[in-house]
Amino acid sequence: MRFFSPEGTLDFLAMLGRAALSALAAAGRLALFAGAAVSCLVRPPFAWRQFLRQFISVAYFSLPVVALTALFTGMVLALQSYTGFSRFNAESAIASVVVLSVTRELGPVLAGLMVAGRIGAAMAAELGTMRVTDQIDALTTLSTDPMKHLVAPRLLAATLAMPLLVVVADILGVMGGWLVATQKLGFASEAYLDGTFDVLEVMDVVSGLIKAAVFGFVIGLMGSWFGYTSRGGAQGVGAATTSAVVASSILILALDYALTEAFFAA
Amino acid sequence: MTPKIRLRGLAKSFGTQSSGEKRVLAGVDLDVLAGRSMVILGGSGSGKSVTIKCVLGLMRPDAGSIEIDGVDISRLSRADRAALGDRMGMLFQNGALFDSMPVWENVCFKLLAQRRITRAEARDRAAEVLAQVGLAASVGDLSPAELSGGMQKRVALARAIAARPDILFLDEPTTGLDPIMGAVIDGLIVECVQKLGATAVSITHDMASARRIGDDAAMLHGGRIVWNGAAGSLGHTGNAMVDQFANGLREGPIEMELRR
Repeated sequence: MRFFSPEGTLDFLAMLGRAALSALAAAGRLALFAGAAVSCLVRPPFAWRQFLRQFISVAYFSLPVVALTALFTGMVLALQSYTGFSRFNAESAIASVVVLSVTRELGPVLAGLMVAGRIGAAMAAELGTMRVTDQIDALTTLSTDPMKHLVAPRLLAATLAMPLLVVVADILGVMGGWLVATQKLGFASEAYLDGTFDVLEVMDVVSGLIKAAVFGFVIGLMGSWFGYTSRGGAQGVGAATTSAVVASSILILALDYALTEAFFAA
Repeated sequence: MTPKIRLRGLAKSFGTQSSGEKRVLAGVDLDVLAGRSMVILGGSGSGKSVTIKCVLGLMRPDAGSIEIDGVDISRLSRADRAALGDRMGMLFQNGALFDSMPVWENVCFKLLAQRRITRAEARDRAAEVLAQVGLAASVGDLSPAELSGGMQKRVALARAIAARPDILFLDEPTTGLDPIMGAVIDGLIVECVQKLGATAVSITHDMASARRIGDDAAMLHGGRIVWNGAAGSLGHTGNAMVDQFANGLREGPIEMELRR
């Protein structure tokens, strides 16, 4: 077979090499893009109006979807934990499992995935449309740096809004667990809340909020990057939107592991 | 006399050698005199828009020089380049209006971005510029999506001239418009350019428009300027390529080149 011949092996290695070089080049371009956007945050003037618009879009308009996701996740978590723990007479651990799972993991990760689907896609679609209709070029000709006007405000808005959303997600997630535990599983409200707050430490909440900020940065960066660099009309904008959501989601899950390892693996 | 814009050996290619390189500009030499209106003609994909984008700094040429008022713009500092950009206005082919803001904010975008006027002053200034392009002040409160194609072009023209540019670039200003609206837009362009005392560079396929708005014309073909002369002579220049293009003839040197 040709694949096992020396030429075939060389072709395969060359293909791998090209793919690796192309991935490195893309990573380099993305890093330069992120660097340029972050540098715009510290170089005045800052596009406050754009920032406010984006912040409201991320924080306020994502609130319902994040809140509902957190609430139902907390409810399901309580229900499932009860099913498992009741076999070992460990029902009292439900409150601690719910609060730790929600604050450390589920709050930031699920909020991140929801916001990636909602806001990351919207950012990529808006910037992609602006790119293919020459609006980004028009900004440059109107003496405005598109990175400053479009990308930096989105990046900062997503980074700052995500922790706020996660605070809400944490509260509603715990509330969802409490609701199921007290209304369905027969727990006393006071005992459940004692079980929740006895186990909860500041680091549990803080680690979740740091994760949220990192995920927000990733969502803003991916949405902006894929939109800003999109090409080729409606098809290009569609591809940019999909890529932004997929890349954000994968990065959120990968970074969640990395951050959990950094915070709690001692 | 130093030309307002001077291009020498401007070259630009797209793609890579491995994926197939496409050479769009292969050494463009062009002078645009101050206060004149230059029209660049050429077939689709001949590099007209790329030429303008290189001058505007939206694309980096592979080779060649671009001088504005005798100064090579590649040697300008960031601040000087920004100052030069402040003196230029551009009307994009599809208008490129910002659909997230109303018309008045679009028109005064540059002035607002540079904090040259307040938002309250911008409304008055927008009304003034909209009147120059034949639109009522009430149009300022509409969103670009609510405008017809002709109105969008007028708003785009208003945005291009609002900051009183020294050099105005117009990319296919009459594309997609009916002949009457095209003539109206051309009339507005001539009027605005004269009022500003600006130098204008337009690119178009529309010969009637080229004759109306241009003092001078140049034809871009094969990545180079193949003819340069008076816009009024288009159609009877004596250059077979330009006359074929201007008269819309199927037979001629351009078609013969395609056949080879």
